[in-house]
Amino acid sequence: MTRNSNLFAFPKSRCQEGLDSGKHCGVKSGGLPEFFALLENGTMSHGERLRLDPGVIMEQMKVQIAVANAQELLQRMTDKCFRKCIGKPGGSLNNSEQKCIAMCMDRYMDAWNTVSRAYNSRLQRERANM
Amino acid sequence: MAELGEADEAELQRLVAAEQQKAQFTAQVHHFMELCWDKCVEKPGYRLDSRTENSLSSCVDCFIDTTLAITGRFAQIVQKGGQ
Repeated sequence: MTRNSNLFAFPKSRCQEGLDSGKHCGVKSGGLPEFFALLENGTMSHGERLRLDPGVIMEQMKVQIAVANAQELLQRMTDKCFRKCIGKPGGSLNNSEQKCIAMCMDRYMDAWNTVSRAYNSRLQRERANM
Repeated sequence: MAELGEADEAELQRLVAAEQQKAQFTAQVHHFMELCWDKCVEKPGYRLDSRTENSLSSCVDCFIDTTLAITGRFAQIVQKGGQ
């Protein structure tokens, strides 16, 4: 279970961690660009064949899960913050609305972490009682 | 297409199961947020105050208790219906 809920736990690629001497480290830039490239291509760059070992497969799976989670988070956050911050819809977002949205995003993530911790504690308590 | 050896396959199943569990946890948190944000957060400020934080924690516990209460009572209802 996630102890400290890292919302954007995009896993470090094995390239970034220095594992795998260059086999699939064709994409030079690390982080976001690299894993989006992985997602799009579905294979390694430079025509490398996909090596089927659990590590590589899991890396791709974790990335896909993380991306899906981020999308879910953004969609729900947008919904909630729209409801909280936008009263009568005007022509465009005024300053106070924009400020509200920014704060709302931060509070939403704080709340997410609080809920995550609470759920984790509850699960541990239930397990202890079994 | 390359195939996984038996040991790799078993390892993969183990890792996938772990990820599935994590994903279920995350999905559940999203669901809690759906309900508890509305109940506990009024106007988003510069931080979550302790009242809001307590409300969110309690909300999770209450929801789980509600789930347990409902499934428990429902089981009774179904059982009675069968007699």
